[in-house]
Amino acid sequence: MKNSTYDFIIIGAGVVGSMIARWLSRYQADILLIDKEADIGMGATAANSAIVHPGYDPQPGSLKALTNVRANPMWDQLSAELNFAFQRPGDFVVAIGEQELPILDTLYQQGVKNGVPGMKIISAAEMLEREPLINPEVSGALWASTGGICDPFQVTVAAAENAVLNGAEVLLETEFLDFLMEGSRVVGVRTNRGDFFARWVINAAGIYADAVMHKAGVRPEFVIKPRRGEYFVLDSADIRTRNIYFPVPTEKGKGILVTNTVHGNTIIGPNANIIDDKEDTSCTRDGLEEISQGARKLIPSIRLRTVIGTFAGLRPMGNARSQNPAIDYGNDFVIEIPQSVQGLPAIAEMVVDLLKDAGEKLVEKKGWDPIRPARPRFRTMSHAQRQALCAADPAYGRVICRCENVTEGEIVREIHAPIPATTYDAIKRRTWLGTGRCQGGFDMSRVVTILSRELGISLLEVTKRGGGSEFLFRQTKDKEAQDAA
Amino acid sequence: MQHKEIYDVVVIGAGPGGLAAAIEAKKAGARDVLVIERDVELGGILLQCIHNGFGLQTFKEDLPGPEYAQRFINEARAVGVEFLLDTMVMDLTPQRRLHLSSRQYGYFTLDARAVVLAMGCRERTRAQIRIPGMRPNGVFTAGTAQRWVNVEGYMPGKNFVILGSGDIGMIMARRLTFEGAKVSRVLEIQSYLSGLSRNYVQCLQDWDIPLQLQHTIKRVIGKNRVEAVETVAVDDHWNFVPGSEEIIPCDTLLLSVGLIPENELSKKAGVMLDPVTSGPFVDERFQTSVPGIFAAGNVVHVYDLVDYVSVAGNTAGTHAARYALDESEVEADYVPLKAGKNVRYVVPHKLDRNALEAGDVQLQLRVTQPIEEDVWLEVRSESASIVRRSERYARPGEMVTILLKPGMAEAVRKAESLTVDVYPKAEA
Repeated sequence: MKNSTYDFIIIGAGVVGSMIARWLSRYQADILLIDKEADIGMGATAANSAIVHPGYDPQPGSLKALTNVRANPMWDQLSAELNFAFQRPGDFVVAIGEQELPILDTLYQQGVKNGVPGMKIISAAEMLEREPLINPEVSGALWASTGGICDPFQVTVAAAENAVLNGAEVLLETEFLDFLMEGSRVVGVRTNRGDFFARWVINAAGIYADAVMHKAGVRPEFVIKPRRGEYFVLDSADIRTRNIYFPVPTEKGKGILVTNTVHGNTIIGPNANIIDDKEDTSCTRDGLEEISQGARKLIPSIRLRTVIGTFAGLRPMGNARSQNPAIDYGNDFVIEIPQSVQGLPAIAEMVVDLLKDAGEKLVEKKGWDPIRPARPRFRTMSHAQRQALCAADPAYGRVICRCENVTEGEIVREIHAPIPATTYDAIKRRTWLGTGRCQGGFDMSRVVTILSRELGISLLEVTKRGGGSEFLFRQTKDKEAQDAA
Repeated sequence: MQHKEIYDVVVIGAGPGGLAAAIEAKKAGARDVLVIERDVELGGILLQCIHNGFGLQTFKEDLPGPEYAQRFINEARAVGVEFLLDTMVMDLTPQRRLHLSSRQYGYFTLDARAVVLAMGCRERTRAQIRIPGMRPNGVFTAGTAQRWVNVEGYMPGKNFVILGSGDIGMIMARRLTFEGAKVSRVLEIQSYLSGLSRNYVQCLQDWDIPLQLQHTIKRVIGKNRVEAVETVAVDDHWNFVPGSEEIIPCDTLLLSVGLIPENELSKKAGVMLDPVTSGPFVDERFQTSVPGIFAAGNVVHVYDLVDYVSVAGNTAGTHAARYALDESEVEADYVPLKAGKNVRYVVPHKLDRNALEAGDVQLQLRVTQPIEEDVWLEVRSESASIVRRSERYARPGEMVTILLKPGMAEAVRKAESLTVDVYPKAEA
């Protein structure tokens, strides 16, 4: 690493930390982004509904309502600059049965208060015309044209890479242990890789943000609990929904939704269970049953036999507002990022504003490049584009993932990218390899071989997602004998 | 190899079905036959099946997989079949234009007068059977583990539990034991074996590996690597039996829970698929719903023995060559074949009314439920029994074959449809 003294250290390279790094990278400052995992975006970033909300749902006046509505229009420019997939199919809150109909109006009014544009209450007939798969007992829907979808992991990679291209540093497998203090002032962080000094430390530790905060000796009453949400991914060959569909919200939250993804699949979920263990991303039998029932309320034709993937994510739920509304945490840390990524650019912008308010003189850097160049994605290309790509680099001709059509060229590029992908999951999340019908059955051994070759490590050292998740234990007897001979 | 722009027959996949089809297509007079294989070697999945048991029907010899494949590879080379290795078919049109991608040859197209689909099958995954719990490394399909051990020479675990009594799972139980790993048990959610009985005897019983019928995985435990699985007994409706849970420490869970014909390419070509087999609807020549596109082997339905795959390849290859040489074939008049009592499916799905004039036609089927007593296998039309033969039992894990012979031609010609039943002799 270039130095151990920085202007800013950001703890946590999730979607929030990475976006803050990207926002700060436009200023003359030394930035270090650290994460305890082997890749960026391994926490809540990697497992959620992937929706950019219009902002009619949060309580008027809340920080969440503000960031939702402020951030929503920023996504088009962001995706153009950072080259990640973003679509605005619009979202629908679907009322099933007459008794749910009045809730649509409440939401609509809330949206108006929050300043959400492009909302309209539509009839059952119009809803069915727009999506024939919807439950015929639909009584009406709230349509919000600004609802969007993205892949939050790919947003994270794009933002962090852009920060790196503009001079920021990223250190992975670097776990925050404690703050370095001078009197009552934070002057840096202690990690498993040594001490790093900084003028400012930004806590973007997601689900562990409370623990990080407590190390600074503040707000011990503030606690973040994981709220686990389980999801199903459906085979795109069997069902293709057109938009984002929510049930009417209840006191438990937005409920079990049906949405398409930027990768072309439909996903259903999540349920919402507060748990204790911040690492417990397990799926449960009851949860999966709950989700399929919830999803069938909106789209009755959904069949579980078309499921090709299941996952669970942990959303950080803080007690700031619910248990102690008197405390204003806003000036200390930006903590609670519930549900998804909707407020993201506005949160990064807000961090910059907080720093400015605190007297930090941020000077814009000459030659800051807002663009993160896209890398070729074989699966989305036309025949002609593929032909040109393979002619330029033959490695793009070899298909490694047969379901999602990911090539060796793409894998090698990711291994040598500005933030190198050094694990199987890192490659999977960047290229979407191994996410199809065979779930990596065909590509896995081939990707492990490519990682071993490109990183110059033994096959035994290649991992799924960092130390302790190796694929292979030892050579077979034959292979040992061969190598000995 | 310099490839041509158009071939009489293009075969997709160089496994046993594809190799047999290519050889027979050449022998039947096709001028140029090309096999396209995405792997760097010929032989398909047989290359990782280093156990024996192959070729008992074809060669009357007990061969390991790679040797069985080699005999076909040698013959294919001898008769002048051409190959494109390390090349993947990305698209196939109903007009039989193929879009291909390859490191060596780039991205290109070629055309075929007839195509044989021989892409084989893939394994069902954890997600498809929705095993709850954490998602650590160490949950692999049996075939993935087989490739690692037998082709790459590496062990993907030390202490295994296997879910599913499919053939690959049982064979891997024995193979891993040879390599010094511990295989603590094999679980099967059904009340009966899903693979071959001979594999149960040779791979589990002989090595004291317990098989627990009506058991499954309730939960996978472990953050980065599997640490244990929680198993549970199930009743006849697959409900968990309370109190039967057991935590079994292990570092790897192998899945052998079924195979699914691989038909993404077939769908692109507009080939109609049977929802029961997940393979194309075929006639007795193994022609699909798209004229000039044939299918052979596990891409049609999952076979139990490779020998039968080769036979299916022979049929598909012969008829693909005939189609390529004479596209003006008359539209056939078909007799549909229906799955009757205790039959899950029958292949072919339909039969040319005059097919038996040219020789025997082999019907292959799988039963729905096991019958552990003498059974009748019967093919009948609306009005008459056409053929009936007996077996000592019928099991879902073992394919059943019935031959229709030229002597039955008249009865078949007159039939509206044919139905196949399997039932205990005692019921007759």
